[in-house]
Amino acid sequence: MTQHREREKSTAPPRPALSFGQKWRYAPAPEATDFVAIAPRHELFIAGDWSAPRSGRYFPTIEPATETPLSEVALGDEHDVDRAVAAARAALPAWSALPAEHRARYLYRIARVLLERAREFAVLETRDGGKPIRESRDVDVPLAAQHFFHHAGWADKLELAFAGRAVQPVGVVGQVIPWNFPLLMAAWKLAPALACGNTVVLKPAETTPLTALRLCEIFRDAELPPGVVNVVTGDGSTGAALVRHLGVDKVAFTGSTAVGKSIQTALAGSGKGLTLELGGKAAHVVFEDAAIDGAVEGVVRGIFFNQGHVCCAGSRLLVQEPIAELFVEKLRHRIERIRVGDPLDKNTDLGAINSKEQLARITALVTRGVDEGGTLVQSSCALPNKGFWFPPSFFTGVSQTDSVVREEIFGPVLTIQTFRTPDEAVEKANNTSYGLSAGIWTDKGARILWMAARLKAGVVWNNTFNRFDPGAPFGGFKESGFGREGGRQGLAAYAKCTGGLVQG
Amino acid sequence: MNGAGMNDATPPRPDVRKTYKLYVGGKFPRTESGRSYEPAGCAGVQVCRGSRKDLRDAVVAARKGLEDWSGRTGYNRGQILYRLAEMLETRKDALAAEIVAASRIGDEAAVREVEASVDLCCWWAGVPDKLNALLGSQNDVNGPFFVFSTVEPTGVIGVIAPESPSLLGLLALVLPLLAGGNAVVALVSEGRPLAGLAFGEVCASSDVPAGAVNLLSGLRSELSPQFASHRDVDGLLIAGAPDAAIGQAAADSVKRVRFAPLSQADWSDGARVRRLDWVEPFVECKTLWHPVAW
Repeated sequence: MTQHREREKSTAPPRPALSFGQKWRYAPAPEATDFVAIAPRHELFIAGDWSAPRSGRYFPTIEPATETPLSEVALGDEHDVDRAVAAARAALPAWSALPAEHRARYLYRIARVLLERAREFAVLETRDGGKPIRESRDVDVPLAAQHFFHHAGWADKLELAFAGRAVQPVGVVGQVIPWNFPLLMAAWKLAPALACGNTVVLKPAETTPLTALRLCEIFRDAELPPGVVNVVTGDGSTGAALVRHLGVDKVAFTGSTAVGKSIQTALAGSGKGLTLELGGKAAHVVFEDAAIDGAVEGVVRGIFFNQGHVCCAGSRLLVQEPIAELFVEKLRHRIERIRVGDPLDKNTDLGAINSKEQLARITALVTRGVDEGGTLVQSSCALPNKGFWFPPSFFTGVSQTDSVVREEIFGPVLTIQTFRTPDEAVEKANNTSYGLSAGIWTDKGARILWMAARLKAGVVWNNTFNRFDPGAPFGGFKESGFGREGGRQGLAAYAKCTGGLVQG
Repeated sequence: MNGAGMNDATPPRPDVRKTYKLYVGGKFPRTESGRSYEPAGCAGVQVCRGSRKDLRDAVVAARKGLEDWSGRTGYNRGQILYRLAEMLETRKDALAAEIVAASRIGDEAAVREVEASVDLCCWWAGVPDKLNALLGSQNDVNGPFFVFSTVEPTGVIGVIAPESPSLLGLLALVLPLLAGGNAVVALVSEGRPLAGLAFGEVCASSDVPAGAVNLLSGLRSELSPQFASHRDVDGLLIAGAPDAAIGQAAADSVKRVRFAPLSQADWSDGARVRRLDWVEPFVECKTLWHPVAW
């Protein structure tokens, strides 16, 4: 059937590719960095002050686009975690007893100052993590500020959020965040926790600690009471020490499903609160009646945003058969026009891969995809000589059992499969242990609602993709985790209802 | 009929005794293992000692029941929960007798337990058509998008009922899950299983779809690890204090796990059991985005 259709198509005249010749080259548009000084060494932030790690050990954080070291950062160990938890515990009674309106005021202050220093944070985020300045400037930093502002307003309205139920803070919260949205994830985690009257020990990702540490400067300037937020930098062992610390009442983790499961195992039987925001392998379903160019842009945004380092990335395209050939052709042309390179250039679409390790992981999975028989299509773009890079890529000719279709690649790599009926699309979309997000492109409203009701995913983007807002709950079904972040629903993770069930 | 009944020598009529069986997929099978046990509270009564295979069969049935139950409207689910209350009420005496037989508690206390179960059923019957009004939202976002969050059932939930109160405790755990649209596989009280198993008869006569409620009897120590490690069980709601072994086994498939550490008296305390946070962990919040444009 498919072959027959392809024969038909091949008799049609070839569709001319879009060509802009050489007249549409972009001149370099680098963002200035001279106003963002980076200290040569960063200490831990405990009890409102900077302090050296007990071990005296530090590790470098580098700029992934150039591989040059930016600074060295304290390697916190269990003793440092212990000090931080003690500081958070000491700060808890006063912070949770503060008039809610006053707690709100500190969060408003943080939101306002973060916006004042927005460009500085955007530059720092881009240098430390490799993401395009356009994204850190237009997405990460403004959303982070919005999270503080949004939750500031909740702090003195909790009795409205939990109507009919008495709530109290959970206590000392341990939070471990990933490297893909370092500042934004810190804001997602900190803002609701503080609004509900908790105190926090935050562990930023090993490769991207700088913006969370700079946020501590804002906490100091905002006169946030010492110990309310403590930041302990380090590697995986630091995070493990934090989530297993007996003095922590609740753990919030964003990261891989494997680590999430190990945390759930470690906390079993403790009665402690736990929220997990884990991996994903989102299906992006495009129907034949979709506005096709809009859908192409949406699919590109879905997988190439932030180099594909997005847990909710639309990494599996499911396109309806009648338009599959046309759609793939359009994607093939489109990825040639994705500008890959210097993340600090304001015209860059795809920045650097976050780390050497992540690049190796992506490369290994893509190699496996080719070995298993997939057809790899990559942009012919030139890649810089230094730094970590991977071109925009997609696979055709892959099936449900292939590694690249099943495993989270966490890079700029899309897989493309086809479907005939909506039922088949649902079947394929849900055939994964993940359930974080999904996308639907169609012109039919009734079909959107029919599909969305059947897709096992916590966020369903319809005729759009990768939208985030502090007012919109975000989180996963199935092995993508539990608990929500954002909105009224997200507050439940940080407020304890007296007399309720106990998590195990 | 022939005057024989008038004969003083006729022995008393032997009553027809009930065999207590499992309730799986709308049917009443015996355990596939062929094993039985005499519950601590019920001298002379043998009930099925359910096996791992029975649990697996029940999960398969629940997966089918889920499709039917979760596909109903909230109004329909509410009506069926109300029908459960009606059936419980009409069988009040029989259920009380089953509680008495198993628990050796007084008749009055047993009747009060059934009545509390009926009342709780009525309370939850009013919930399914309000779940999204109570737990969902339309979300204000910073852009031209229509964004709303709905709740959906988590899926197949394993329940381990308290030893006592055997009927009320079971219902306090099962009803919020049903109200949320989940299918349930429940292990009834090990020592006092009669009223819990009789609840299957109530379900079977109340338009509860086959597989939406499945009831097993057996040894808690034998079956709870199987509940925890079964990869097609999406969540666990367990009477008692948090249990590390259960939680660890459940982590492998990222199950939603909650414990209900209630005392005997707590189960009849409305403030403890008529709560939305008994359903919240077992519904999944789904957020839908759509651009607003022309």
